[in-house]
Amino acid sequence: MPAGRTPVLITQLIYGLGGLVLFLIGIWSFLVHEPLLRKLIALNVMGAGVFHVLIAVAYRGLETIPDPVPHALVLTGIVVAVSATALALTLGLRLGHGDD
Amino acid sequence: MIDWLALAVALPLLGAVGAVMLPGRAPAIGLAGAVLTTSAALSVGLLVAQGTALRSDLGGWGAPLGIALAADGLSAALLVMANLVALCISVYALDYFGAGSRRHFWPLWLLLWAALNGLFLAADLFNLYVTLELLGISAAALGALTGRPEAVGANLRYLLVGLLGSMTYLLGVALLYAGLGTLDLKLAAAALTPGPLAWTVFALMVGGLLLKAALFPLHFWLPPAHAQAPAPVSAALSALVVKAAFYLVLRLWVDLFGAVTDGGAATLLGALGTGAVVWGSWRAFRAERLKLLAAYSTVAQVGYLFLFFPLLAEAPATQRQDLLGAVLLLALTHGFAKAGLFLSAGLLQKAAGHDRIADLGPSIQGLPAVALAIGLAGVALVGLPPSGTFIAKWVLLSSAIGSGQWWWAPAVVLGTLLASAYVFRVLANAFERGPRHGSLHDARGELAAAPVSIGRLAQAVPLLMTLIAVAVLGLEAEPLWDLLQARSP
Repeated sequence: MPAGRTPVLITQLIYGLGGLVLFLIGIWSFLVHEPLLRKLIALNVMGAGVFHVLIAVAYRGLETIPDPVPHALVLTGIVVAVSATALALTLGLRLGHGDD
Repeated sequence: MIDWLALAVALPLLGAVGAVMLPGRAPAIGLAGAVLTTSAALSVGLLVAQGTALRSDLGGWGAPLGIALAADGLSAALLVMANLVALCISVYALDYFGAGSRRHFWPLWLLLWAALNGLFLAADLFNLYVTLELLGISAAALGALTGRPEAVGANLRYLLVGLLGSMTYLLGVALLYAGLGTLDLKLAAAALTPGPLAWTVFALMVGGLLLKAALFPLHFWLPPAHAQAPAPVSAALSALVVKAAFYLVLRLWVDLFGAVTDGGAATLLGALGTGAVVWGSWRAFRAERLKLLAAYSTVAQVGYLFLFFPLLAEAPATQRQDLLGAVLLLALTHGFAKAGLFLSAGLLQKAAGHDRIADLGPSIQGLPAVALAIGLAGVALVGLPPSGTFIAKWVLLSSAIGSGQWWWAPAVVLGTLLASAYVFRVLANAFERGPRHGSLHDARGELAAAPVSIGRLAQAVPLLMTLIAVAVLGLEAEPLWDLLQARSP
């Protein structure tokens, strides 16, 4: 078991930590940048970070099937993020932010 | 057996679909959906009032993959309040919207309603996230309904801030699942132990929600978004949507993080609440427009709600129930009173064509029923007896002094003084000399003489809501305490 477990842990760790870094980059970019499009991209980067964490959580090694619950969460999360982004873009177009 | 929990979420969703498919009949479908949804919610309330909490696993799928709905005293009370307020808003909205915005209003409104009921009834952390997002998206879309640039801009900001809050909440959920392997509120609460994981999750989830609950200094998005929305939407945003985020903070605090929070976090929430009470009341006092005044008053009232947290953290078990009852009563009273105030402001705005407080004299004198509703809403916002706010503030103050945390009291007193000042600033217009539309005493004549035709039903709605806030919730508050006893099934 220990021999098979080490690579799992490292992959999981890289994925999870990568997700956290993405989340932090997204938050920083959201707070610092003014244009709507950059804020929206920043929010989506944050979302991608959270999804990375969830996918890392789901991983249970090469022999076992992954945990389906976090996968379901990611799918729902993507749907929500897409709808929210679409609404924000529509509102932005109304304001004439289409160019930035 | 009928699953009222599922119906309370499904009926508004069905109504929304119906209103999209038959846009010409949207108001009729919307009203039917509103009445049916409210009946389902009232049934949930009545069942919980009999002493047992409800729980239902949709489609027979249990945790962890299934979607579970649950109602205990806390959620049932807020659910019933939200549905009664939403029903009142629906009746008022029949008259309010023109043919153009009608077909957009009803589907979005019912969608918001479904999200709201889903949020109050959700039993696991991820469904809470989904309903929270649905609520934010439909609320921002409704707020921008007029299409005016200021409204669109304010609600775009609201949407972005809401997304930031819910992404932060979601990361908390992900970390919680990584640590505990469950999303069910009950199972997670049993497994959570104090430590870095619990504190990180707590900070992320509660921090994200505070942004949505508009707790000072994270309230910056609220006043423009709420003041720019159409009146029925402002009423729903201020009375219900903000309350939903607060409910979540309270729910997580009491049910999930009860064992891992210490006094420090509670004191921080209390300190932010103090800031909200003082700053919100002051800005409401200085506001030049009625809807902006009402929006800042919401910032202040959210502050009062958070003042209960440090007291809850310190209170012995016997007093906890009292404090929970009081904070719930405050939330319910504010729900009815603030919705009533916004709906009244909408009528005045229609009659006068603007909502500048200084020039509202003639219209407020032309609509005595609206003036009375604003007065009653004021009684509830200030916290005069017999409103529910009075009892809540009484419990708040006596508990603060009784537990030696007297430093929360001055903010309450100052906020109350400022609240009476801003309420009287509006009401003073009703007593100016030289009313333009006949005598102030002849209510019937007044209604007929109103310059823009404003339906009697639309005038009666805010009056009814503020009456509930002042008389019913104040004088008949006791069942609320009984309802809270029905906490665990």
